[in-house]
Amino acid sequence: MSEKVEVVLDQICREVGNDRTRLLDILREVQHRFGGVSGEAVDLIAQRLETPRVEIESVVSFYAFLSEKPNGNVVIRICDDIIDRMHGSETVARAFESELGVQMGQATEDGKISLTHTPCIGMCDQAPAALINDVVVTHLSSDTARTIVAELRENHDPTQLVKELGDGNNAHDLVSSMVQNNIRLRGPVILTDFEPGSALKKALAMSPVEVIRNVKTARLRGRGGAGFPTGMKWEFTRAAKADKRYIICNADEGEPGTFKDRVLLTEYPDLLFEGMTIGGYAIGAKEGIVYLRGEYTYLRKFLESVLERRREEGILGRSVCGVEDFDFDIRIQMGAGAYICGEETALISSCEGLRGDPKNRPPFPAQSGYLGYPSSVNNVETLCCTARIMEHGPGWFSSHGTDRSTGTKLLSISGDCKRPGIYEVSLSTSLREILGLAGAEDAQALQVGGPSGQMVGRQEFDKTICYDDFPTGGSMMVFGPQRNLLEVVHAFLEFFVEESCGYCTPCRVGNVLLKQRIEKILDEKGEPADLQYLEELAQTVKMASRCGLGQTSPNPVLSTLKRFRSEYERRVKPATDGRQPGFDLSEAVAQAVNIVGRESTHS
Amino acid sequence: MEKVVTFLLDGEVIQGQEGQSIMQAADEAGKYIPRLCAHKDLTPHGSCRICTVLVNGRPQSACTQPIADGILVESETPKVNQLRTDIIDMLFVEGNHFCMFCEKSGSCELQALAYRFGITAPKYPYQFPQRDVDASHPDIFLDRNRCVLCGRCVRASKEVDGKNVFQFVGRGVEKRIAVNSEQGLKGTDAEVMDKAISVCPVGAILKKRVGYAVPVGRRLYDHQPIGTASEEETTE
Repeated sequence: MSEKVEVVLDQICREVGNDRTRLLDILREVQHRFGGVSGEAVDLIAQRLETPRVEIESVVSFYAFLSEKPNGNVVIRICDDIIDRMHGSETVARAFESELGVQMGQATEDGKISLTHTPCIGMCDQAPAALINDVVVTHLSSDTARTIVAELRENHDPTQLVKELGDGNNAHDLVSSMVQNNIRLRGPVILTDFEPGSALKKALAMSPVEVIRNVKTARLRGRGGAGFPTGMKWEFTRAAKADKRYIICNADEGEPGTFKDRVLLTEYPDLLFEGMTIGGYAIGAKEGIVYLRGEYTYLRKFLESVLERRREEGILGRSVCGVEDFDFDIRIQMGAGAYICGEETALISSCEGLRGDPKNRPPFPAQSGYLGYPSSVNNVETLCCTARIMEHGPGWFSSHGTDRSTGTKLLSISGDCKRPGIYEVSLSTSLREILGLAGAEDAQALQVGGPSGQMVGRQEFDKTICYDDFPTGGSMMVFGPQRNLLEVVHAFLEFFVEESCGYCTPCRVGNVLLKQRIEKILDEKGEPADLQYLEELAQTVKMASRCGLGQTSPNPVLSTLKRFRSEYERRVKPATDGRQPGFDLSEAVAQAVNIVGRESTHS
Repeated sequence: MEKVVTFLLDGEVIQGQEGQSIMQAADEAGKYIPRLCAHKDLTPHGSCRICTVLVNGRPQSACTQPIADGILVESETPKVNQLRTDIIDMLFVEGNHFCMFCEKSGSCELQALAYRFGITAPKYPYQFPQRDVDASHPDIFLDRNRCVLCGRCVRASKEVDGKNVFQFVGRGVEKRIAVNSEQGLKGTDAEVMDKAISVCPVGAILKKRVGYAVPVGRRLYDHQPIGTASEEETTE
């Protein structure tokens, strides 16, 4: 066994040239081959990479898809986001548990099948869903859970679970997935036909500075949610003095409720790669990296094949489109299950083979990013937009949307609506129109921008998704009148507690405290003073946290306290007997009772 | 010739050299900004967030934020000090800090900060986590109950000692300090005179057999709060 491990590890490390910065690739491969990264494997990798073992352990323990203890050959990960729960994922999870005879987080007795939860896998439009190894299974029910387990026990091959292929490229040989695109509305900018090379050729006819000027003239702002002007980002990156630069595509679509990048990667990979190549040309990069979330591993081979085809067509690789001094290539970096890696500096850390901790700023990535080189990190949709700007011109692009919010936006709509899926709409579209399109006229609340965004109620449905009203990375979760919004808030906080990197105090501790206080209120032990406690604590976490995660994680609490205050008020009541309702005496003395071996006379 | 940078700290004009952090410039000017993970001999970490200041209204950590001409920095304001109080509170409830029988009491920076901010009891509920103690090393204790995850030991081991004894593992609330051996501290090349052992601001890393060498009443913060001008060094 050990000898075999050593031989295989040698080979895995050699394949990336024993390069410490490719540690994530090594660990993913080791996890894949052995079901885990054992202490022995950690030692061997540490030797090969000439790195302290604790550094390897540190990285392994950071990512949800890596584990020290071996998993089964088959790992079932039930998607646990609020939308999946609303569609019955908990019942599905119980069915898996009873069929397998295990609890969540355990493996079957023979060690062959593991069962666990995972945050949003980008399938809210076909929930409940799960990842079984790299295979996506959608529209689950208790019945399908039973069939799946029976089949897996027989063949241990998740790929055989796919009986009917999805539409479009989901049916491509290299994807072979049951995922459906669910494109409900195509707009004029992104979801239209694209001829590979057409935008690139126009860009290469201009100087890099002109390309940037065009993106600035189009007034394109980042589509990941923060809305930073793309042209400016490119300009800063280009202006930084260095002998190398990088363009990095953020395809770590992890905000619960968003799945639009999944569809772009499936149906418009050429548009994305073209946008990256244009970006590379504009900033002076020779290399681009697509950071693809681990949950979308099923798209990897297909994306690699598109890159290969582009190389053959001469629109990627050496002398792109015959332009002598423009060499540009793209590699795909796989993630390993960490929401925080969608934060641009954490994403860079992860690309460097480190824990996905965000970095201190300054320096900003445009000055010093990947491996210390100036880097521009752009969202998938943003890069697609840059290709369209080259193709049709900045004036055409900015004729869509509003003055300060140009172009269109892809929305991922899910939850209590009749038509979940992808919608391409103008940035001047109101929330009411969006709910109308999706068939959700009776919604009591719309979560705009996912858990880190805002929960909006009926009184504000006439506001729009422009950058001045409710800017969104695209996640739109609909909650019907029957939903308990505090349970939604609680689910969001659970998510942030799970996904906080733990680097800074307010986010690491504060989110736990917020979650506990919401639990107290949901348990009907809340007091009026808890509202102020929540408000102040949320403000501290928001103000003092180091990166975007902690700066936005209190938003579910703050936006519901602001817009749905009655949800809290009707659940809290002043204590009448002089006791603290949140204090449970028997629970507090339980440990002591256990030690002395007799019941407390007080409880 | 380094460029002189002029800025305002709580209304007072401060001059520093280009490239300095707000904390460095403030220290040189004799203005104390409360801190925990920062240490003058180590690269800044920006993780505890106690040194949070408002720079032109935006929260930034003073240990990592460079000074710039004309910036307005707010530090000793009720709003900023409330953030610091809350963070110190969080650190207390997150770990298991029993000052009354901790040998670091009186020399502990976390305790001293709590006194400075007038915290007598935390307002957040105690979490009472289960944490491991590593007493394997002949000369050094590692008690994770008291660890505040400041990362001073991690940096000191790398930057000063030229070793790699400590590193973080896990994430979020599961984050903890680990050592470079499956056998615990005794399996590492840690030595009692290492910088990594002396920089711990709390009682998480302690030298064995010298615990009560300095009696209560003569310890670093027994008579003056942390950050007092006469204080020479925050740790030995």
